[in-house]
Amino acid sequence: MTGLTLHRCGPGVAVQDMGRPGRLAEGLSRGGAADRLALQEAAALLGLTAPVPALEMAMMGAEVSTTAPTRIALTGAKMQASLNGQPVQWNTTLRLDPGDRLTIGPARAGVYGYLTPAGGIATDPVMGSRAAHLTVGIGRLLQSGDTLPIGADPDTDAPPVTIAPEDRFSGGALRLMPGPQTGLFDDATRDRLFTTAFTRSRTGNRQGVRLDFDGAPFASNTSDLASDIIQPGDVQMTGDGIPYILMTECQTMGGYPRIGTVISADLPRVAQATPGADLRFTDITVADADALWRSDADQLKALRKAVRPLRRDPHDIPDLLAYQLIGGVIRGDEEDG
Amino acid sequence: MTPIPPEILPHGPDGLLIRLGLTPAEATVGAVQMLRRAIETAAPPGVEEIAGSLTSVFVRFDPARVTRAEVVTEVQRIIDATDLASAALPPPLRRWTIPVVIGGDKGPQFNDMAKAAGLSPDAARQALLEAPLRVLAIGFAPGLPYMGLLPPQWDVPRLPQITPDVPRGALVAAVRQLIIFTNATPTGWRHIGQSAFHGFDVHRDPATPLQAGDEIRLAAMTPADLAAFEADNPGGLGGARCEVLR
Repeated sequence: MTGLTLHRCGPGVAVQDMGRPGRLAEGLSRGGAADRLALQEAAALLGLTAPVPALEMAMMGAEVSTTAPTRIALTGAKMQASLNGQPVQWNTTLRLDPGDRLTIGPARAGVYGYLTPAGGIATDPVMGSRAAHLTVGIGRLLQSGDTLPIGADPDTDAPPVTIAPEDRFSGGALRLMPGPQTGLFDDATRDRLFTTAFTRSRTGNRQGVRLDFDGAPFASNTSDLASDIIQPGDVQMTGDGIPYILMTECQTMGGYPRIGTVISADLPRVAQATPGADLRFTDITVADADALWRSDADQLKALRKAVRPLRRDPHDIPDLLAYQLIGGVIRGDEEDG
Repeated sequence: MTPIPPEILPHGPDGLLIRLGLTPAEATVGAVQMLRRAIETAAPPGVEEIAGSLTSVFVRFDPARVTRAEVVTEVQRIIDATDLASAALPPPLRRWTIPVVIGGDKGPQFNDMAKAAGLSPDAARQALLEAPLRVLAIGFAPGLPYMGLLPPQWDVPRLPQITPDVPRGALVAAVRQLIIFTNATPTGWRHIGQSAFHGFDVHRDPATPLQAGDEIRLAAMTPADLAAFEADNPGGLGGARCEVLR
């Protein structure tokens, strides 16, 4: 089995995939990548039919090597990266051969960066997934010195490709659909939510992200509310009227009222908002939210069409004369996927 | 008391919540479990997941296979065919007996809770050991049981201040319910006792042994019994026993 060794590792690096859906009745939230779109982008870049388990790196990256040749994809939060000391571009694939060192530093835009080996990380699945669910104690954060098994790359010699990612790394508008408890808030409070300028608080993780704002708390007319089902994207108002957007590792039931649900297409934008980033809510009807829904399969299909051959910037090439400028860059069939 | 008319509400891009009440009551909990079984028995095409809280049933569907309107129609048909107004909790399929230490060092807020319920500590302990509890819902965290409902005198609100670190296995109480924590947790519920029961263990099969609807009986044990289970805890069950009733 091929190994991926972490020679150095930031404090928030863990294995993530698309999570464990369907376990709400057991009290387990889906979990999985904070930015699911980044895993889809990696699958598109690597020419895969579905996302595979990857390294999720919060704010800080890792230094890695592999024991066999494999392509990897770098997606999500843009991080400083270099291969054997030479800078490499983000949102691309690149090939790692034994002896190569890939060094990934701090995030320059966004929060969660992803390193996806083409064969996926092949640790033992737990309850049907390899994702660390840190809130409930499944899996763990990785440490310097860890070596993880990875699957074989189905196409080691595929030429490098790139994709322009959807802009989601600097906050912005979040489309909020009504939820079961929206009616527990009065009209004035709901209206104020859509005109308030929020910023992403310093408090936030894979479980939920707190929003800072100026003004009165967002109170509801509820007390003694029974704990009820929670979905990722729900905007929960705590007892003191502060909004939290609940994320992939949220609790499955809770007693605080929720004013609405951020649609799944906009959750990567929440995950990738750095502390201080501006966030606001826009009102969207259930019908409009439903019209915007796309299956993971359709999303991946669209992303695969957006993959382009990587044309290297001559400034990044240390020895231009030694670089073969024509051969091997374009295979010609990339658009067929 | 009859539940409120069921409301079918949108919950997220691929979910519906069928709400039968806002606060826990016996009739509501019974109607939730009855409706949940009815939907599970005749799950409409495209429905991928069904779960329940104390007051609602959640249905997740695959919008690639079925529209929200189609699921709403099917769920409404099931509601109309189910006599929710007369619902009571269906008889339990299983009964768990879980040993606990109530009060003392292992339940530092027990005396306070007994007082709030208007009972002497002895009477409160006796009431808890005799209460025919049911698992009303599993949620918040994996395998975490909301158990109840205790008689109305136990309708004591959560504490305004949070106790920072209540241990795994703790028995806590509020609003006519009991919970046994599956992990150390900050909480506003009162810490009234301690078990060695692990409601979630990822390396055990099943990882979450309790299910909504199970009957629960608490059984008294001594702090020495608890220490023995903590030293040697087969299956992480802390001496809990499960009888299949039907």
